[in-house]
Amino acid sequence: MWSWVAHRVTGVLIFFFLLVHILDTALVRVSPEAYNAVIGTYQTPIMGLGEAGLVAAIVFHAFNGIRVILVDFWAKGPKYQRTMLWVVVGLFVVTMAGFLPRHLMNVFGGGH
Amino acid sequence: MASTQTPSAIAAPRSPYARRRTTRGNYELYSWVFMRASGVVLVVLIFGHLFVNLMVGEGVHAIDFAFVGGKWSSPFWQVWDLLMLWLAMIHGTNGVRTIINDYAQKDSTRGVLKVLLYLAFTIVVVLGTLVIFTFNPCPPGAPAELLPSICFSN
Repeated sequence: MWSWVAHRVTGVLIFFFLLVHILDTALVRVSPEAYNAVIGTYQTPIMGLGEAGLVAAIVFHAFNGIRVILVDFWAKGPKYQRTMLWVVVGLFVVTMAGFLPRHLMNVFGGGH
Repeated sequence: MASTQTPSAIAAPRSPYARRRTTRGNYELYSWVFMRASGVVLVVLIFGHLFVNLMVGEGVHAIDFAFVGGKWSSPFWQVWDLLMLWLAMIHGTNGVRTIINDYAQKDSTRGVLKVLLYLAFTIVVVLGTLVIFTFNPCPPGAPAELLPSICFSN
């Protein structure tokens, strides 16, 4: 039940980010200056933390989505749904452990 | 029980169960299948997108006009991003449509929210598609230091 709630919440968050992200990328059609000005605001520490949250939402939604597909189509899926939730949590931790140090170094360390 | 109904008005027992033919088509079934099929493809497309844009090189700091211009001068990334745009927008719009149907109880509220949703979908998908296809990585008159390196080869 809670994984279902989390799937919905992360899905809505990702959808609204997607709308904004397509609109900001569309600025490449306006001018290089306009695009660089807006994308520059994504490279601040606060937005960097937001990006970390966004990636966390995407990673959970992706792995949990695969779990939903396995529950639906794999004959033993419903039997192992609880085990698979722990696999999702494990894969989430591993993926974020790979992503976060690299991203946070880019955001807070060196860079510009 | 002073019923005035005659027994003949009641259906005969054990009449064989006949499934009523739906008049609504299989729209919800196709949308359910689409969520799963597009979901699998989107995992690959978006993980690839995040890896190339946030993990390789300087990550988010490397993203500017020249970075996008360099990527979109290759048909590979144009197709990648176009597929991602369409699949993610349909997947997301369909997901939000389900949520609106679940929680908006008044007909009028549900109608307004869905009109807004489909309007946002149309604007964003049309705009995004146009940008990918009409994008010029070397716009005339732009400062040279902002442009991708492909503008200066040959």
